[in-house]
Parts: sequence; C-alpha cells; structure tokens
Amino acid sequence: MKKAAFRLTLAASAVLVASTAMAQVKIAYIDPLSGFFANVGSGGLKGMNEAAEVLVNQKGGIMGQKLEFVGFDNKGSPQESLIQLKAATDQGIRFITQGNGSGAAGALIDAVNKWNARNPDKTVLFFNYAAVDPDLTNGKCSFWHFRFDANSDMKMEAITNYMTDDKKIKKVFIIGQDYAHGHQVAKATKAMLAKKRPDIKIVGDDLHPIGKVKDFAPYVAKIKASGADTVVTGNWGNDLSLLVKAAKDAGLKAKFYTYYAGGLGTPQAMGAAGEGKVLQLTEWHMNVPTKNTEKFALDFNKKYPGVYFYYYRVNNMVEMIAKAMNTAKSTDPKAVALALEDMRFPNETGEVWMRKSDHQAMQPLYISIFTKADGKTVKHDSEGTGYGWKTVASITQRDSQLPTTCIMERP
Amino acid sequence: MSNLEFILVTLLNGVTYGLLLFMLSSGLTLIFSMMGVLNFAHASFYMLGAYFAYQISTWVGFWPGLLVAPLLVGAIGALVERYGLRAAHRYGHVAELLFTFGLAFFMEEIVHLIWGRNSVDYRIPDELDGTLFTLFSTDFPIYKGFMMGISVAMLVALYVMLTRTRVGLIIQAALTKPDMVEALGHNVPRIFMLVFGGGSALAGLAGVIGGNAFVTEPGMAAAVGSIVFVVVVVGGLGSLGGAFVASILLGCIQTFSIAMTVSLSDIFALVGISLDKTPSISRLTITQLAPILPYLLMVAILIFRPRGLMGARES
Repeated sequence: MKKAAFRLTLAASAVLVASTAMAQVKIAYIDPLSGFFANVGSGGLKGMNEAAEVLVNQKGGIMGQKLEFVGFDNKGSPQESLIQLKAATDQGIRFITQGNGSGAAGALIDAVNKWNARNPDKTVLFFNYAAVDPDLTNGKCSFWHFRFDANSDMKMEAITNYMTDDKKIKKVFIIGQDYAHGHQVAKATKAMLAKKRPDIKIVGDDLHPIGKVKDFAPYVAKIKASGADTVVTGNWGNDLSLLVKAAKDAGLKAKFYTYYAGGLGTPQAMGAAGEGKVLQLTEWHMNVPTKNTEKFALDFNKKYPGVYFYYYRVNNMVEMIAKAMNTAKSTDPKAVALALEDMRFPNETGEVWMRKSDHQAMQPLYISIFTKADGKTVKHDSEGTGYGWKTVASITQRDSQLPTTCIMERP
Repeated sequence: MSNLEFILVTLLNGVTYGLLLFMLSSGLTLIFSMMGVLNFAHASFYMLGAYFAYQISTWVGFWPGLLVAPLLVGAIGALVERYGLRAAHRYGHVAELLFTFGLAFFMEEIVHLIWGRNSVDYRIPDELDGTLFTLFSTDFPIYKGFMMGISVAMLVALYVMLTRTRVGLIIQAALTKPDMVEALGHNVPRIFMLVFGGGSALAGLAGVIGGNAFVTEPGMAAAVGSIVFVVVVVGGLGSLGGAFVASILLGCIQTFSIAMTVSLSDIFALVGISLDKTPSISRLTITQLAPILPYLLMVAILIFRPRGLMGARES
C-alpha cells in the first residue's frame, strides 16, 4: 500500500516536472463548448489550436515556447463567462479569447478592466475574434481588448453599399437574435439604408430569442407575408441554419444577406436551395485566391472530418499575437498590447492593421454569393455540398474603415 | 401573399407544432393520471429517442429507427419504473419527484458521455425531403406532413387502445380504483410499469421525428421540458383530451403571436393615448412576447381554473 502511494507521488512529480519543462504560453478560450451553440464553440477551438500549431509552434514558437489554447466552457452566457475568466486567472493564464456573443464579450471587457485595475502585476489581455457589437470598440473600448473581426457597423456599411447598386431590392425584412448583436444589426441596417436607398421599404423588423427557436416556420411565413424580396440577418450558428432551412422548406424566394452563412453547418442546411440566394460578408472564403490558407483549410478539413475551416481571422490573430510577443520579447500582457497596437500585418488578402485608437482590426472584406462549384472561379465547395462561395464584391481595407468614438484609458 | 394564405400557412404551422407537443405530452399526462407521478425526466426520454434514432440511422437508416428507437426508449422507461421509481414510491410523492428530477440530469450527462456535447448530424431521410403540396405560393414540406400523420395515427391508436381494448379498460379502471382492480386479480404494478414504458416510448417517438426536424443536441430535453408541463397544466392534469386541445392551442398561440407586430403602445394609440414617453416595455411587440405567452397562459389557468381546461381532478 505504502509502496503504491510512493510510486504515485513519484509519477505525479514526474508529470509536474515534465509540464514545467515544456513551458507554454496559454490562452484561455472562453466560448460555448456545450449546449445549442457547442458546434460553433468546439469548431473554433480546433481552428485556434491548429493555427497555433501550424503557424506558430512549427515555426519556432514564441521565444521557444509553445502557444496553446485551453477550452473554458462559458455555455454561451455572460455570467458563466465571468466564472470561467476566474477559473483561467486562477490557473495563472494571462490571455483570454472569446467570440461567440457580444453580451459575453461586453461582460468580459468589464471584468478584465476591473481585474487589471486591482491586479496590476497580474494583468489579463482579451483577444476578441468574433464578437462584433460596435460598442466594444467605441463607447466600451478598452486598452485591454483587441478585436480581430470587422465590427457589425463596418460589415453593414459594406453590405448596404452593395445593396445600393441592386435596383431589384424594394422591400427588406430584418430578422435577428434578441441581444446586443441582433439589435445593432437592425439599427445599422435601418439607418444606413435610409441614407443610401430611401426608396427601400423596411417591411419587417423582428427579434427572436437567441438559441431557443427550433422551428422558424412561423417567422418565415411572416417574412413571406410581408412581401420582402430581401432578408438581412446577423444570425449565426443553428439560429441561422434553422432559419435558412425553414425558408427552404417553405419555398421562400427572397435573397438573404448574412454575416455568417459561410460556415458552421449553414451551407449544409441550405444545400441547393441557397444557390444564388444567400450572400455573406467575410474577411475570407475558400475561393479567395490565397495559396497557403487554402492548403491550411484543406488540411484542417481532412484532419477534422465534419468540421470545416472557417475563421481566417483567427489565423491572422494567432500570427499577430505571436509576432507581438516575439517583437516585445515578452509575454507580459501590457507589453504584448503595446506591441499589438498599430501593428500592420501583411497577410494573404493584403494587410491587417490594428488601429491604435480603438484596437479595431482593419482588413479587406469580401461579399460572396452561394454558387454551384465549377472547379474554376468557384474552385472549392463549402462543407461538401457541391456549392461554394463566389466573390461578388471586394472591399479594400481603406474602404472598410469607419470612425470611432473611443476615448481610451491607457495604463 | 394574401391574408388568407398567411392565415392558412400559420394555422398549418401551429397545428404541426401542436401535434408534436401532443406527442410529447400525451405520455406525461398518461403517466400522471395513472400513477400520480409528475415525471420531470419525461423530456429526457424525448431526447433519448432522438439520439437512438440518430445512432440507428447511421447504421441501418431512418426507417428501422422509427420503429426500434421508441421501443428501446420504452424498455428503458419500463426498467426505470420497475427498479427505480417503484423503490422511490415507498417514500411518497416527494421522493418520486426528486427521483425523476435527478434522472433528467443523469440522462443528460449520459448523453454527453456517449455522444458528446455537440449536436449530432441527424438528418431527414432523402425520400421525405421535398415539397408535399403548395398552398397558394408557400411550399409545405413532406416531412411536416409526415410528422402530422404520425401524431394523428398515434392519437387514434391511443384512443382505440384505451377505450376499445381489454388492456385499455383495465388501465382506465386502475386509473381511478387501483385497489379494486388489484382485488379483481390484476397485476397493478405491472400495469404501472407498462404505462410508464408506453408513455416513455411515446416521448421517444416524438424524439425520433422531432430530432431531425430541429436539432439533436444535449440541451433539447431542457428546451422542451418546460413547455410540456405547460401543456399538461393547461389541458388539465391527467386528461388526454385536454392535453390534445392544449397542445393545438399552444401551437397556434405560438405561431400566431409571432405573426403579430402590434405592441401595447399601438393598441393605446388606437384609442388616442400616446405611450411614446413610457418605458420601452410598452413598445415590445407581440412577436417579442411570443416566447413567454405559453407560461402566461399557464399562470392564468392556475389562477382561474386550477384543474385545467378538461382536468378530471383538482390537483
């Protein structure tokens, strides 16, 4: 018995030694890993670790250390995110990343600000890869928060610019999830269309509970009754897949302008029914000519069957974090933040610029439409559907920029 | 799209949803009326049905799953009654309630362990993917028709079984006078086990056809769990007919309320009172209120008619 206990201690200490020998830079990934949006969260985590491995660790790492993302399940809720933030700081993790849900992102920014004010020697830095509420880099902006995705207003600016030229659009229906992001999309759509195309009528503006609706048929019936020829939605995950599925079932002919139709199961839900009808605005898709990323995506899809590479901005983010740490020669959050500010990172679509005044990344954007894959312009299909994305408009980094109202408190 | 079309389509959507609700709640109300047990784990059997059907569909396709999955779920339900609930029964209703409550969490964790926390790719079979008919300009999918067909068939079968067969008569008798039935030489505990198993199987069947119409994920039990109780309370605890009426009613309330964009301030504006300066709550549209309406109805029913629409007893 005693012997066994001794062996156990020996084994445990061996494990301890082994883990300290491979020093690591850890980033806590605080996103839903269970529940309705678990598919989104767990796919994202796989993408992060793949990017860390291929783009950083295999190229020398961060000053010889490995970069690793550790999953913390926030179940999609702001409160739970704060508990997970606590869990991460308890483990000594100094960097966090989150993306699914601006509600959770806003709560995390507040919590990180407070934590850093109280613990100046143990500061935490927040990398946001997908929470797009404009407020997070305007009214709520923080020195400790960096956003690598274009915010909702920037995306809507680009989408409405594109819509302006389509004279066939007469009636628009806005549908969104009932939380910060859905509200922002609706607000921006109405404000921007009123300015650019006052002749377009907004025939509907609905919010539905996020992650709760299983059957969108009643909403689709309403869209149909409104006579809308165009639907604008900021929905993501299953909330978008089910909406598109219901529209397909009911034979709705309207065009869909979306942020997130390009991944996470939505292409599969659309199938042939989405052809020529669903558009998305993204920083990248499989058919933007980018040799290395294309290969990265194909390798990723092969390695994780059933999950499809989606977040190009995560690759940018991972490389930019590594670059910032290597330039600063430090993994102290403040030093990393200072190195990240104003960074101009050349990537395969041009350049990502992290604006210093609000920590909002600026990058080229693409509007694309769901089209039958032909092996040429639509070289790759999406999620094995036989349909892929075809670029219909490119927005340069300069054109995507919007002014900010951020007044940043700097440490 | 004409108004008539809109109303008809919304009505169809409401009835489809209502029928699925009925399939879910019929088992619950059956179990309650027999055994006096409010089964909190009922929605978990719905989830199990969906997962079993998914698993079977990956091996041999959808159709065998349609038959086998509910039977499996029913068997599990019967085992739960025989070896779990019956033991808890000795310690009274609170123990039973807590037992089913714990069981719901247990089953969710089991699902996590076996199938993971992600949703699984449980799909509608190809032969049911398409348009059944077109109402004016709106397509009605085959699968929805299939769901309606299954629920109606189940309703008829259940009705015939309860009123026209010997087993049904004994079940009905055991419902009100279990001691007398036992004195006549029937094995009442076994009837209880069969009813619990049967009720679970019905929930499982709802899972089989609801799982691929919507999303099969570990949270699906929690998502329908509360609405099923609303159906049972509104319909009247223990009344199958009440559950049917309540299901259809709730289905239609949900779909029609989504369709309405009127808000409180609009209604007041009709009579010339402007609420523009009041808090934003008065500008909430009925669409936004849609998710809470069933619960509002439940509270109102409990206040004004505690035994429900067609309930047999006050409890």
